[in-house]
Amino acid sequence: MTIAINKRIYHGRKRANGVFLTLSTLAAGFGLIWLALILYSLFYNGFSGLSLKVFTEMTPPPGQDGGLANAIFGSVVMSLLAVFAGTPIGIMAGTYLAEYGRYSWLSDTVRFINDILLSAPSILIGLFIYVIVVATTHTFSGWAGAAALTVIVIPVVVRTTENMLLLVPNGLREAAAAMGAPRSMIIRAVTWRAARAGMVTGVLLAIARISGETAPLLLTVLSNQFWSTHLGGPIASLPVMIFNFAMSPYEDWHKLAWAGALLITLAVLTLSIIARILESSRKN
Amino acid sequence: MDAVVTEKAKLSVKNLNFYYGSFQGLKNVSVPLYDRKVTAFIGPSGCGKSTLLRVLNRIYMLYPNQRAEGEVTLDGEDILHGKQDLNLLRARVGMVFQKPTPFPMTIYDNIAFGIKLYERLPRSELDGRVEDALQRAALWTEVKDKLKESGLSLSGGQQQRLCIARTVATRPEVILFDEPCSALDPISTAKIEELIDELVKDYTIVIVTHNMQQASRTSDYTAFMYLGELIEFGDTEKIFTTPTNKKTEQYITGRFG
Repeated sequence: MTIAINKRIYHGRKRANGVFLTLSTLAAGFGLIWLALILYSLFYNGFSGLSLKVFTEMTPPPGQDGGLANAIFGSVVMSLLAVFAGTPIGIMAGTYLAEYGRYSWLSDTVRFINDILLSAPSILIGLFIYVIVVATTHTFSGWAGAAALTVIVIPVVVRTTENMLLLVPNGLREAAAAMGAPRSMIIRAVTWRAARAGMVTGVLLAIARISGETAPLLLTVLSNQFWSTHLGGPIASLPVMIFNFAMSPYEDWHKLAWAGALLITLAVLTLSIIARILESSRKN
Repeated sequence: MDAVVTEKAKLSVKNLNFYYGSFQGLKNVSVPLYDRKVTAFIGPSGCGKSTLLRVLNRIYMLYPNQRAEGEVTLDGEDILHGKQDLNLLRARVGMVFQKPTPFPMTIYDNIAFGIKLYERLPRSELDGRVEDALQRAALWTEVKDKLKESGLSLSGGQQQRLCIARTVATRPEVILFDEPCSALDPISTAKIEELIDELVKDYTIVIVTHNMQQASRTSDYTAFMYLGELIEFGDTEKIFTTPTNKKTEQYITGRFG
């Protein structure tokens, strides 16, 4: 038995579909064009400023030759410190939310606060660390910068850890519990293992998130034109260097700022690709 | 039930009530589970048979809004209240679930996991225990060359036998099967039924199943449940040939449920 198709309804729908598809495609294209332009100017200017000197020499005074070695070093050190401090805290807190405290009111509260922290403007976090670290120690320092970045890392890791653990089927927890395994054993041997790829991805995304943060570093580390490994005082970092150099009137500083921006972008891109690969290995 | 009373009850359930929040899932259920026998629970979906099983190893305790009232004894000792350590109870009362749940580790580690929880063995002895468990679950010949591969690489039927091997490896006294074959093909199902026939020589077995043939093939005793109540319990042969309750008769002849 066939139905009599109302041609008007059918063609009307086809037309509406065409309009909708066109609008969506245009919107997507509009977004992509800007992205392409940004990447084009970044790659064009960045690569022309990139040379071995960028990695070996210090940030120069205007008019002289130089590189970004001190800024790269500062960024890497502060990011690593933030990740090493923030990851364990974030993973433990996320584990509490998803495992031990899944049904507790405390979890709802912690989750809510964590979500606020996750979306807090990073300049606020910078101010916070300024008040409790910089103002009390009377000096801008690498430690303060690492602390500010840690505060940004924690909520990201908490969120992804919890989400990834919630994706682990309850059947797996029940199966491990049914063997007589205590809770801590179930978590360490079974659920963490099942969620490992996703949790690592969360940490990588947190690194990507902090690698371009400028405001919290401006308020906590300031910057330093010279090579310094002294975390108790101001040290250089890529985002702050980009900020300072891009605002200057000097052509050669602009070039270095572009090179720095390119380095950050490439680092984030690499991390995102690794995260993607891990993610797809989790699904298989 | 006259023939029944001569057996020794390994687990005994008396006046058990169970609540999911305010919903009552079990109503005043009393049933003995005899030592080294297979007892099957049958009944339509939602009748409480899985719920009953989940009380026997108290796995329901993972969820805060579920609670049980009444009396459950294992070898005469109360396991529902007081000082009963849940992990030790679960080491004595093993469970195999509906869906295969291999842990995300190697086949070898899947088996060794449970053993290592309560025993410290030299490597050679551990190897022997792993092999023995896989032999008992009729999986050894299929996996002996790939013990270092992930448990997730096995087929569904193999995964389920891996889960049985894992449970057997810890040497529990009772094994609870919660619809162990519902996700499996007929050949895997037949293998697992054979396995149950074999295991009952050493273990007390309780099986929940939707498959009436499976209940009649594998079990010594059968309990029919309906809407949270135990309607009839007795010799499997008697339940399937001359049930005393009208509802039981209707269910096993496929007229409802």
